[in-house]
Amino acid sequence: MSITSYNGSALIAMVGKNCFAIASDRRLGVQFQTIATDFQRIFEIHETLYVGLSGLATDVQTMYQRLKFRHKLYNLREERNMRPETFASLVSAMLYEKRFGPYFCEPIIAGLNEDGTPFICTTDLIGAKQLSKDFVVSGTASESLYGACESMYKPDLEPEELFETISQALLSSVDRDCISGWGGIVHVVSADQVITRTLKGRMD
Amino acid sequence: METVFGLVGDGFALVVTDTSAVQSIVVQKTDDDKIMVLDSHKLMGCTGEKGDRVQFSEFIQKNIALYHFRNGIPLSTAAAANFTRNELAVALRKNPYQTNMMIAGWDKDVGPSLYYLDYIATLHKLEKGGLGYGAYFILSLMDRYYEKNMSVDKALELVDKCIAEVRARLVVAPPNFVIKIVDKDGARTLAWRKTVEEMSGPPSQ
Repeated sequence: MSITSYNGSALIAMVGKNCFAIASDRRLGVQFQTIATDFQRIFEIHETLYVGLSGLATDVQTMYQRLKFRHKLYNLREERNMRPETFASLVSAMLYEKRFGPYFCEPIIAGLNEDGTPFICTTDLIGAKQLSKDFVVSGTASESLYGACESMYKPDLEPEELFETISQALLSSVDRDCISGWGGIVHVVSADQVITRTLKGRMD
Repeated sequence: METVFGLVGDGFALVVTDTSAVQSIVVQKTDDDKIMVLDSHKLMGCTGEKGDRVQFSEFIQKNIALYHFRNGIPLSTAAAANFTRNELAVALRKNPYQTNMMIAGWDKDVGPSLYYLDYIATLHKLEKGGLGYGAYFILSLMDRYYEKNMSVDKALELVDKCIAEVRARLVVAPPNFVIKIVDKDGARTLAWRKTVEEMSGPPSQ
């Protein structure tokens, strides 16, 4: 079994009208055995910047700790939060540092620029950045996720509609992947608020 | 064939491991206590490669004691679990420790907590969990019978069900198990479940 499908994961980020949504499944497994159904894959870096990490769970945790550390240090030095593009470059650089012994995780970065426009991007496990204007996906269910997002996505969705779209895309895709699923969690982030909801899908 | 599992009850956490030390086809010891008492209110049940298990758990125990000496206050369970994870994560890409563990502790502000930590340094806080081949049976039993805030007696009934299932259904099942508890009164051995005793002297005497 491939190392990136050892724990199982599914992540999506989508762009809406002056908002973005980031969603993940909640399963932590060891190959086919489910260990927990409340594993956290999406982390807040600051109020309008979230990073979702798919792949090997230990590297998800290590990458998050390292990114949190770097952002805190940036904050102390610059006395402000990082912009999403800057953070994406940081993630890319940190991953490429380990080019010949990489972290087995594929992050998606989602944030709001200072002018309120949403920003999303994904990188592969060695830091190849891919910006997108509509949606990005990551994880073992990525093929299903691409299909679901491509067919369900519409530009300029309001936060509530965006929540519905991203949730349906996530749930329908993880139902086709045995090592991701067991519910979902969705964060819909606008300039003034964050709404977090958990999803209950097929709990298997 | 080593098994470690644990669960959180009403104001306490239990960790159970088998107590066989096996080398190839020989059982060297049937009363090998694999649950290290890290400090007054923490337990760490480790399974895996024998050398790594003992070395790593002693290393963690001594580092936790060192923190206490240096700073005058003990580490919280969450901090101890994260410290342990960090040691495993750093070693993972150099010289990995092949040990899986369940870390349990009791803190005054948080109460009892249980952490799953596998050999590739995946850390997760859980109410119930297990590692090893025995976990295939134990996790299902706990999904069915575990309730939140169980009393010690009810928890022991569940533990006994799990041990009975492992004995019945796992080929080369370990004969003996040790159960340790951590609650507000500290970390201590609660019970043994033995079917085989170590011989005390040569058979002729």
